[in-house]
Amino acid sequence: MGSVYALVALGYTMVYGIIRLINFAHGDFIMVGGYTLIFTIPVMLGFGLPAWTAVAAAIIVASSVGVATEAVAYRPVRKHGTRMSALITAIAVSLFLENLAQVLYTSNPRVIKASIFKLPTFTFGTLKIDGTTLATIAIAVVTMVLLQLFIHNTKMGRAMRAVSEDKEASILMGINVNRTITATFAIGSALAAVAALMYCAQYPSVMPTMGSMLGLKAFVAAVLGGIGIMPGAMIGGLTIGLVESLAKAYSASLTRGIITSAFSDAVVFAILIVVLLVKPSGLLGKHTGEKV
Amino acid sequence: MNMPKKNKQAALINIAALSILLGIVAYLGFTRALSSYIVGIFWLSCIGIIMATSLNLTNGFLGQMALGHAGFMLIGSYSSALLSLAMVRAGVLAGGGAQQLARFIICLIFSGLLAGLFGILVGIPALRLRGDYLAIITLGFGEIIRVVIQGIPWAGGDGLSQGSASPVLFKTGLGFNNATKSHYMFFVGLVTVLCVSVIYTFIRSRFGRAIISIRDDEIASSASGIDITFYKVTTFAFSAVFAGIAGSIFAACYSSLNTGNMGFMASVNYFVMVVFGGMGSITGSIVAAIGLTSLNEALRSFDEYRMLVYSIVLIFMMIFRPAGLLGTYEFSLAKTVSYLRGPGAKSKKKKEVQA
Repeated sequence: MGSVYALVALGYTMVYGIIRLINFAHGDFIMVGGYTLIFTIPVMLGFGLPAWTAVAAAIIVASSVGVATEAVAYRPVRKHGTRMSALITAIAVSLFLENLAQVLYTSNPRVIKASIFKLPTFTFGTLKIDGTTLATIAIAVVTMVLLQLFIHNTKMGRAMRAVSEDKEASILMGINVNRTITATFAIGSALAAVAALMYCAQYPSVMPTMGSMLGLKAFVAAVLGGIGIMPGAMIGGLTIGLVESLAKAYSASLTRGIITSAFSDAVVFAILIVVLLVKPSGLLGKHTGEKV
Repeated sequence: MNMPKKNKQAALINIAALSILLGIVAYLGFTRALSSYIVGIFWLSCIGIIMATSLNLTNGFLGQMALGHAGFMLIGSYSSALLSLAMVRAGVLAGGGAQQLARFIICLIFSGLLAGLFGILVGIPALRLRGDYLAIITLGFGEIIRVVIQGIPWAGGDGLSQGSASPVLFKTGLGFNNATKSHYMFFVGLVTVLCVSVIYTFIRSRFGRAIISIRDDEIASSASGIDITFYKVTTFAFSAVFAGIAGSIFAACYSSLNTGNMGFMASVNYFVMVVFGGMGSITGSIVAAIGLTSLNEALRSFDEYRMLVYSIVLIFMMIFRPAGLLGTYEFSLAKTVSYLRGPGAKSKKKKEVQA
């Protein structure tokens, strides 16, 4: 689960780093990816391809939704709105996507019948690890390495870093800021689609509100690692996943049943609150002073 | 009182108008002239008005985006339902009629104070942050409140949230039946009027001007000697008090309580009211609260499309009219009256008259 959070947190971090906006709808891009998987997995199986190839379609659909959202909602608001109105727009987009899915596919969860990865269970001594879990971690690592390479070695990646550092200066340097932001949204949503695949491999059911809680927790992960910093998002994601699992597993026995597993959500938010109070810039963040 | 004459006049006009309005409501309520459906909408509108105006205090006037308002409402509703239950079990003011009214008033005050206390507790750490971080942290606190209440065995765990236990609450707790709800309409209306006027005078006070200046420029106001943290936390707690009161009314309105429908979505719902009406306009919040509550009920059968339409309208609003329908406009009865009396004669004074 931690690697899913890490991927989603990466998407948050990229978008936040570049336009200073918490994209509330990011979690819902996962949902979009999930529904695409529901419809494309049977098709892929029909072609005789393995189920995970459906992620290609999910990436395309989620990216288009991400780019469309940016173009239709965020860009006009960014042009002449305040940060508050941008945030409200993000919430509205999230509501819109969730309710659209609800209207289209009802609120009942849909189950993916085919298993996404057909892998055996690996055994290391006494330790047994599910093949799907290993695959999830592997995909997350590969994606992150690719992303790092992209950010540091391509022209677009350089443009992204420049825009996140200083928007006005990068305009002066001849960077097309709007195109860079669009690309960021596309990549962020593509990551969400990959996260959807990994999520569905673990819990094979999809519903309209699946993204909201996941998105919030991934956001916590992004803040924990230091928002805008990519390695931070990975560390944060893994930490949140770990803490949540531990909270679920041990809270009941440690507190003699007073704190039940339902509290694990509260634990995640408690982490957020502690981080924001102790070190608002996150684990890997640098403190920046306030300009008057 | 050495109130200026025009202010006194304005106050008289307002009190007269509100008394007439409440009189009508009381008459309709006691004669049970309205169907229980309409009465229900009236109660929900009152809750919506209190929630939206109090949320406007933080979001519109203080300029800090808080997304966990329903959490305080939750505290209010559970605390007042439990207190009422405890009072009935202990035999304190357990009867109907005047005793019930007294019990309700005690519950309202208690839940307001408790929610205010939590407002201070949440506000002190949360308001060190601002903007999107504040939105997320208040959202987090709202969720924590919800999860914790749900987890407490004697609150959300069983008893109040379970449908099976609701008949007990219905009889002995706070949940009113249709006849009582109809009789109490005037009281709920009165509480709403009181809450709104307190919020309104709060905004017009020295304190209110301080928080508006914080909204407009935090650094400049801190340089002018305004204690930012103190004002922020106090305003936040103040708005939580009203959320608690609204929660208490909510508990009276329903025969069972459920933490499930008072989560993030409920907060967003009230937030939408504030944004629609205009952040920084009490009038706007009231209009939006009444309008959206009635619309919600009228569109029950299209429930799934409702939020879809809301979200689209919200996006368009942010693009074309970010200030909300009324912006920061305030309706003033006294102004209207003086306008109707003679536009020419009073036009000079018109701008100074405040309701």
